[in-house]
Amino acid sequence: MSVQLTNRSKPVDRRPMNWVERLYLVNIFKGMAITLKHFFKKKATIKYPEETRPFSKVFRGLHILNRDEEGRERCTACGLCAVACPAEAITMEAAERQEGEEQLYREEKYAAKYEINMLRCIFCGYCEEACPKDAIYLSQTFTPANYQRKGFIYKKEDLLIPNPVTDPEGYQKALGTISREKEGV
Amino acid sequence: MYLLAIDWIFIIEKLVLIAGIVTLSMVVAMYATYGERKVAAFIQDRIGPNRAGPFGLLQPLADGGKLFFKEEIIPLASSKFLFILGPLLAMVTALLTSAVIPWGANMSIGDRVVPLQVADVNIGILYVFGVVSLGVYGIMLGGWASNNKFSLLAAIRGASQMVSYELAMGLSLIAVLMLTGSLQMSVIVGEQYNSVWNIVYQPIGFIIFFICALAETNRTPFDLPEAENELNFGYHQEYSSMKLGFYLFAEYINMFISGVIMATLYFGGYDIPFVNEARLATHIGENWVALLTFLTLMAKALFFVFVFMWIRWTIPRFRFDQLMRLGWKRLIPLALANMIITALVILWLKK
Ligand code: SF4
Ligand code: SF4
Repeated sequence: MSVQLTNRSKPVDRRPMNWVERLYLVNIFKGMAITLKHFFKKKATIKYPEETRPFSKVFRGLHILNRDEEGRERCTACGLCAVACPAEAITMEAAERQEGEEQLYREEKYAAKYEINMLRCIFCGYCEEACPKDAIYLSQTFTPANYQRKGFIYKKEDLLIPNPVTDPEGYQKALGTISREKEGV
Repeated sequence: MYLLAIDWIFIIEKLVLIAGIVTLSMVVAMYATYGERKVAAFIQDRIGPNRAGPFGLLQPLADGGKLFFKEEIIPLASSKFLFILGPLLAMVTALLTSAVIPWGANMSIGDRVVPLQVADVNIGILYVFGVVSLGVYGIMLGGWASNNKFSLLAAIRGASQMVSYELAMGLSLIAVLMLTGSLQMSVIVGEQYNSVWNIVYQPIGFIIFFICALAETNRTPFDLPEAENELNFGYHQEYSSMKLGFYLFAEYINMFISGVIMATLYFGGYDIPFVNEARLATHIGENWVALLTFLTLMAKALFFVFVFMWIRWTIPRFRFDQLMRLGWKRLIPLALANMIITALVILWLKK
């Protein structure tokens, strides 16, 4: 007994075809009846620019680097995401926070440089899981097309989301739905 | 108006008719491309072109414009004259067949009776066959002149396919000719006008004719000359821009014309079903009836065009040996048998 995955499987019929079957016409008419039925069926098309396809709840899209409520960068350049990344897409350089930069960075150490190579990234989401500081999230957008390979290496400016204090609207938009769910809002 | 013993009005009338029919074929072919895409989409649960104009109705214009603006390439190794002649010939032969088709009942303008037919020759259907067999040259020249192995292979496939299916087509037709006793298109229609349609007597003949018409117009499942997966596009592979457009266009015109011919031969031509046209003419006038009959013919023809498309999106392409086997070993004997049986029945009834 083989494992049945669906209830639609049919046993193979190896009998020689009889006269009617060898005419093919009957089966052609059957096929045409099937295609005609589809002619009147509901269409599956989503008219893209007007309608967009809703993403699945677990969709993993483009990365964002998160800020906290006061607009400080959360990332502390611990490198856990880069270690977790199976595609080795993440590179970063750490720097120490100076006096007077407390409103910019949340921890004493921060990422002076943070890059994700979107051509390498497989959107597995491990970076998101590895991050102890809730700093990196996978949002609900695609990586847009680009003319050059270097355009796909996303710098910190590309990843960092808008400041919630100065630009609350942009912040909410960049946050999307997923991160809100995670924060339990 | 007789000048130099030439009936000028007659010539003008025919010229207008020719212009009308050519325009009609062009417009139908244009919108057949749109129709094809819509039918394909609907059968595959999609929507199809819907951006250019309402319901995408301007799509054919966009497609045509695109074809015009594409780069024109004539391969260096090709023979240029034949290369250009190929699509031209395909187009011309596609349009020529329309000359002998009766497009509707007679109109009367003033005291003139104007038949809606360019040439009511008494060898009408023979002429159609003559012109259709010339269609092979369009494909053959295109494939040969391209100087490309794949194109040549496809052209040979196309030619052998068309030649072998023309035989069965002609044989299935002979049964119809025996029924009507004339090769004249107007007589064939007139006969069905007064009694029943030929399809009643000739269902098998019609099926054979239909299958052969599919093969003649190179529609799926007989589109072997343009098989993209084994011949990467076949006989028109080297063609670009509007020259390619001509080939594709000719295919759609062929499709339309063969729909018209099938309607004429088997489905009563411009006969409106269940309506006595003569009685109707006394009510609403002859010209309106002529228009109605013309529209009836169009409806029948367009239905066949739809069936062609429907088949295209249902059945996969034949393999070449299967195609040949079907043509020579199935259809030709079947058509022969159909012919002989029809002849016997006619003889038996006459006695
Ligand atoms: S999603 Fe996966 S592959 Fe992409 S950067 Fe994160 S860990 Fe690396
Ligand atoms: S994003 Fe998170 S895991 Fe990666 S370096 Fe910053 S704090 Fe560490």
